[in-house]
Amino acid sequence: MKSAVILINALAVVFLVFAFFKDREKTRRSIIVAARSFLRILPLVLMIIVIVGLFSSFIPPSEIMKFIGAQAGWSGILAIAALGAVLHIPALVSYPLAAALLQSGATIAPVAAFITTLTMVGIITLPLEIKELGIKLTILRNSLSFILAVTIALIMGMIL
Amino acid sequence: MNIQNMEKTRKQNSSSIKIFRDYLIFGAALAAGGVLLLIFPDKKEAAVTTAWSYMREMMAVLPAVMIIMGLFSVFISKEQVVKYLGKASGVKGPLLAIFFGALPTGPLYIAFPLASALIKKGARISNVVVFISAWACIKIPQELVELQFLGFKFMGTRLLLTIFFVILMGLLIEQLAFQKKQKQVHTR
Repeated sequence: MKSAVILINALAVVFLVFAFFKDREKTRRSIIVAARSFLRILPLVLMIIVIVGLFSSFIPPSEIMKFIGAQAGWSGILAIAALGAVLHIPALVSYPLAAALLQSGATIAPVAAFITTLTMVGIITLPLEIKELGIKLTILRNSLSFILAVTIALIMGMIL
Repeated sequence: MNIQNMEKTRKQNSSSIKIFRDYLIFGAALAAGGVLLLIFPDKKEAAVTTAWSYMREMMAVLPAVMIIMGLFSVFISKEQVVKYLGKASGVKGPLLAIFFGALPTGPLYIAFPLASALIKKGARISNVVVFISAWACIKIPQELVELQFLGFKFMGTRLLLTIFFVILMGLLIEQLAFQKKQKQVHTR
């Protein structure tokens, strides 16, 4: 797990140095953009951390297993996939949540389904997508993405 | 010019209100959690330890992730994406679509107008679908955070499966949309 931290930070430094030599003005703007998005996502991250902390101490793993563990089966996967489709939270924030779920007894498939529908299917952004791409493409893309996410999750559940 | 500036400040105001609201919600969650832990003091240690370890892990990567995303969003312009993807064809199409979807950053709703511009430019529907999907779920900084929290096996498997199925879905949607288009022409 530590190596991912080093990798991400090293990449940021390499990109930053490269960008700095290429175009200082753009690099300056990038850092402002980065600082702004950091402040924007920070409350969400902190909130998820609080929720994960409470969640892990108050909800026993047996309860989690009942809903999205080995016993839950299909209905659990479909329910959490639907939840992922409706919720509108950044993927970045969902990873600690997913890790906490896995640690407290959830199986791979529902967790993978949640992350995948969260990013690929957007119920809240549907009106915008319809406006830009038309109703046909939007409906096709979102419904197929949902099926696809569940398929990916099931395969992951089988091979991992 | 003036109207543009007004529009800009209006947008900035509404986004800072949103950020302020998010901090308020976080404050409320923190307060509610604090009260809960006062009522159940025996849960306090586990909750605080878990929260703190996630906090450390998140803060170790979040600034770097934001810098990578910021650099991509400034250095790779929308015009470049449209230019390269608009004329991409053959095997290069879906691969470029994944590449350009995975690089620039921002929420999915930024990708929709881009995708619409791509369609108008004559890009293949399948590539546009792959582009949107890659934008949604194959972001490079996000994959790195997934690697950190969920491990290499989880991240790698999900990434490969997603790439495969997304390309498949692009081709399928193109088939379906294309057939319907032909029908429309006939009925006219």
